[in-house]
Amino acid sequence: MSSGRRPEHQAPPDIYYNETEAKKYTQNSRMIEIQVQMTERALELLSLPEDEPALLLDLGCGSGLSGSVLEDNGHMWVGLDISRAMLEVALEREVEGDLVLSDLGQGIPFRAGMFDGAVSISALQWLCNADQATHKPAKRLYKFFSMLYTSLSRTARAIFQFYPENPDQIELVTTQATKAGFFGGLVVDYPNSTKAKKYFLVLMVSSSAALPKALGTESDNTTIAFSKDRAKFKKFHGKPLKKSKDWILEKKERRRRQGLATREESKYTARRRCGKF
Amino acid sequence: MKLLTHNMLSSKCIKGVNLGYPLGIEARDIKVSKVDFNSEFVTRIIPKLDYKTLYGAAEKLGHATDLPQTVVENFESNEDFLQKVHHVLLEVEVIDGDLICPETGRKFPINAGIPNMLINEDEV
Repeated sequence: MSSGRRPEHQAPPDIYYNETEAKKYTQNSRMIEIQVQMTERALELLSLPEDEPALLLDLGCGSGLSGSVLEDNGHMWVGLDISRAMLEVALEREVEGDLVLSDLGQGIPFRAGMFDGAVSISALQWLCNADQATHKPAKRLYKFFSMLYTSLSRTARAIFQFYPENPDQIELVTTQATKAGFFGGLVVDYPNSTKAKKYFLVLMVSSSAALPKALGTESDNTTIAFSKDRAKFKKFHGKPLKKSKDWILEKKERRRRQGLATREESKYTARRRCGKF
Repeated sequence: MKLLTHNMLSSKCIKGVNLGYPLGIEARDIKVSKVDFNSEFVTRIIPKLDYKTLYGAAEKLGHATDLPQTVVENFESNEDFLQKVHHVLLEVEVIDGDLICPETGRKFPINAGIPNMLINEDEV
């Protein structure tokens, strides 16, 4: 993504996600599909106990597309977002979860130990920007992560899908998360693809279990890609093989340089004669 | 806003506030809607709840008539009690009103069922 197209460079989130932008999230089926896919993957990374309804936190829930996925999996959720227009779209969609208007950088306004997990789809990169003179991204991220840490239960995980702009942002986010007490790290799905590549920050409250495996990384070192082309070793030894087409062409070129009469190249040059001769 | 959310919300984001819990509640408009009953979820959530706050909020909204004042024993098997908690927790919603910080008295307005927990930069 070129830097000019990043929405967080255009306006603060409460301004950027106005009525027109919010409407896209109910009408644009491609946007909806991507959001749903990423939420499903985030839910997989949460690795909640199966068939147990959980209470989840959706950070930057927007129009509640991700929340709908959580509902479909039988979970109850509470969503936080800074854009009123987006939350109004969520109300229109009649999501089951409860919605709260709040700025993630000001902290999570919940008491300790309540949630079984947290998901966040494409929201974290907004916190890396200073939209006001008083905003300090590192400070805001630390407040956010430390208050999130307390509001989660002991076995919980928090999964953030986000679009880091550069390696410095990844560094900034992971440093503040570790400082707040989280274990975990970054899982990159499809790292060799430009479009399907997705960053998931997997944070764990209690001692670090192994990070989940990223998708699309299997076939990297173990196999060699099949190619129909034969390996050619042209000019491997400096001089082409005698009687080969290259040898004949080179010979004609040399004779031309010597000023000798040489026939022009045609499609018959260096062709083998048919067997009659 | 459901009372489940009220049971968890606090105003500790404000500078100088220690606990900020429980938030006072003033309702001007209440809606009761139907939500599917999930006994497993209610059973799991009851130990985490601050039941006194829940009862207080339900009383304030006038929906505490048949809710017991304390958690009954063996609530896991008490279907009737679970139904009552489910009703208060998920079906009663505050559409319009205010939440009040117990320490500073600051008001957080609730509009269209969404509590506005945004605070000014000088309060952070």
